[in-house]
Amino acid sequence: MIRENVLNAGILLAFAAVPLWALWADEPFTITLATRAAILALAAVGLNIALGIGGLVSLGHAAFFGLGGYAMGILAHHAQTYAPLEIGPLTIAGTKSMPVIWITALVASALVAWVIGKLSLRTTGVYFIMITLAFGQMLYYFAISWSAYGGEDGLSIYVRNGFPGLNTLVPIQFFGLTFAVLLAALVLFAALRSSPFGLALNAARQAPARVAAVGLDPARLKLVAFVISGAVTGLAGALYADLNRFVSPTMFSWQLSGELIVLIVIGGVGRLMGPVVGAALFVALEHWLGGLTEYWLIALGGILLGLVLFARGGVIGLLTGKAGPHV
Amino acid sequence: MSTILLIEQVLNGLQFGVMLFLMAAGLTLIFGVMGLINLAHGSLYMVGAFAAAAVAGVTGSFVLALAAALAAAALAGAVIEIAVIRRLYAAPHLDQVLATFALILIFSEGTRWLFGSFPLYLDIPDALSGPVTLPGGIEYPRYRLALIAIGIAVALGLWWLTARTRLGIRIRAGENDREMIAALGVDISRLYTLVFALGAALAGLAGALVGAIQSVQVGMGEPVLILAFVVIVIGGIGSIKGAFVGALLVGLTDTLGGLFLPALFRLFMAPDAATQTGAALASMAIYILMGLVLVWRPAGLFGTRAA
Amino acid sequence: MSDAVLETRGLSKAFGALKATDEVSLDLRPGEIHALIGPNGAGKSTLIAQVSGALRPDRGSVRLEGRDVTARSVEARARAGLARTFQISALAMEDSVFENAALGALGASGRPWRFLRPVARDAALRDRAMAALERVGLQDAADTPVSALSHGQRRQLEVAVALTLQPRAFVMDEPMAGLGADGSRRMTGFLDGLRDEAPILLVEHDMDAVFALADRVSVLVSGRVIATGTVAEIRRDPAVQAAYLGDSA
Repeated sequence: MIRENVLNAGILLAFAAVPLWALWADEPFTITLATRAAILALAAVGLNIALGIGGLVSLGHAAFFGLGGYAMGILAHHAQTYAPLEIGPLTIAGTKSMPVIWITALVASALVAWVIGKLSLRTTGVYFIMITLAFGQMLYYFAISWSAYGGEDGLSIYVRNGFPGLNTLVPIQFFGLTFAVLLAALVLFAALRSSPFGLALNAARQAPARVAAVGLDPARLKLVAFVISGAVTGLAGALYADLNRFVSPTMFSWQLSGELIVLIVIGGVGRLMGPVVGAALFVALEHWLGGLTEYWLIALGGILLGLVLFARGGVIGLLTGKAGPHV
Repeated sequence: MSTILLIEQVLNGLQFGVMLFLMAAGLTLIFGVMGLINLAHGSLYMVGAFAAAAVAGVTGSFVLALAAALAAAALAGAVIEIAVIRRLYAAPHLDQVLATFALILIFSEGTRWLFGSFPLYLDIPDALSGPVTLPGGIEYPRYRLALIAIGIAVALGLWWLTARTRLGIRIRAGENDREMIAALGVDISRLYTLVFALGAALAGLAGALVGAIQSVQVGMGEPVLILAFVVIVIGGIGSIKGAFVGALLVGLTDTLGGLFLPALFRLFMAPDAATQTGAALASMAIYILMGLVLVWRPAGLFGTRAA
Repeated sequence: MSDAVLETRGLSKAFGALKATDEVSLDLRPGEIHALIGPNGAGKSTLIAQVSGALRPDRGSVRLEGRDVTARSVEARARAGLARTFQISALAMEDSVFENAALGALGASGRPWRFLRPVARDAALRDRAMAALERVGLQDAADTPVSALSHGQRRQLEVAVALTLQPRAFVMDEPMAGLGADGSRRMTGFLDGLRDEAPILLVEHDMDAVFALADRVSVLVSGRVIATGTVAEIRRDPAVQAAYLGDSA
């Protein structure tokens, strides 16, 4: 069995090595695939804060992914049409600057996560699952019916947004940027998990009555976790939209919420690297199996059933031989 | 706004509501008795619709198509209950979500593989096609009126089943105390398979009935599933009565919201902006309703436990 | 009665026709162990739930150091100085012994909103948690996951978590439950010394422990307190004898 720290370092090295190899072998599409995996991993790291530490089975995290995407789409759309965004008396210029877009995505997702979390956390268990799923769907339909930003067709952004000091149009540079953001999120996850907040949140998942009995409010701990979680997933959404230079209501779809959970479970729930391994495997499977058959999702369904029924610790659990947190 | 339009929309809301009830009733029964959250319930809706469309295509008979929908969905339900679902009753909710999500993938892609990506169409039977004139001179599609009647009939039947029959007594006993019902000598795993198949049949029936007014295609089940979840959250988990009231509330809110909200915004906004804002808000109306119910009664209107 | 640390007045809670607690008035005075005994189903758990804040009473009040806390949540009461232990251990089973004690210390500090610095590097939290573990003799098991502890060790950890709160009053729900004769004796010795720090409302089935520890005993039958007094008084009380030995036992 492998020690988890060693394994984690190996995973990150391998993750970074694939696009570097692709650069050398002149396979730009592989770099794009790696970038896609890094962004999905980032979204899942966000969800892992709520799910893996807090035990919150959110089936609506696409809401935040989509919000991040639309934060990018709307700001860049106004920049490329030279028409400022008017909200009542406020006039805001669009922007093509990634840092500004990211902050907008973080703040918007955090705010919406606070509202959804506040309502959903009035309940627990299956209610929580159904309610988060429903709110995700609400934003999906809202995006479809909001015709000012493309409605069902979505918004296309012609040129990828910029980041100071980088040429984001070069695939390897954009990969490097997303990978750096992913690393930052992993550092945040690790810090949260061992912090006083993480200790309390982790206990709130396992024994909420105990947490209350020592004077802490489990629901507030979970709400804060949900907000941080939503914000990170929102940031991933902004990057994802930039990768595709396109944003549409499908970023809000319930399938995406389900897939984010699937990524985490494939890798290992509550594990630092669970989302990274899961996203890498998911993108690889999608590319490889998807190349073999149009119906590759049947195979994914079968793999998933096998994981649920026979291997609950995910890949990291299998490799380290240690059970992870129970959600 | 004319009264005729309003009555039409109320009837549309009722029709939408009773079809949601068929979905929600099965879900809430399955949750109430077995404690399982079943995301694949939408797949059973789709199975019913495809079975109906396929049989109608071959035989031309709508009655046979409905029978096929009920049988196919019940069979699919029984098979997945025995093969997968029964291993999940004691499992954490996350496992239930994942396994039933996996079932959605398998059902959806399997159906696409069998029937292709193009939508199928199921024709309304001749006897029920065309409009019917209601008192007051309102013309309303006969088929939609039939859907309302069928939905109410099924609701009454379910009420009779749970309140008046031996099976219903067992189901209610199973909700309250699993050990107790096992001690009474009831074969609990057969009861569970039966309840699951019953819920599946209701979903399949809804899929077939709605399939005749919409197209039959892969992915048709999940949006309805999510609305059925909203219904259950509003009505309260495990309550058939809650599912019925919740379904009608959601159906009416959705259709009437689409009618009134744009009109409401036209009172104080420019027409095109009003239409847009109204339409966007109307698309969110049922979820806002759900949010209000959560604030007011977190366990739902007829829920007893905060599951 | 006014010097009572913890006090209930006319506490009543009914579930349908069943009166789980019926006009219960109790007080816990400084420095004492007040034992609450009664047959199964007498309403002890419901009473504890109302005292700790998990359940709202239909009528009556709970006072902690003279302040009415009836409307306050479990966590607010804990912050006000009420520490409870659970009958069935409610510990974070995946976490280590140290982490469970540190959770108590964190609750006592009232500052959970710190997101970046590791708990392990927080000297104040660590010292407080370790001090509590040492008092119950669990310091050597600090890194053991709770799931690997024996039943007796879990009961000790329950008490240690309560100790980290440095409360004004303890409410202990059957701390001896499931302990062997040896463990029970040791826990009795420990609680004996603890009453000087803060008084203990002790729900317990182990009569040897109750008679050895209690300054006063209250007997709860069918939701009502039928007698309160010293051990000797309670032993002599005819109503108690009837409840325990007679037809209603």
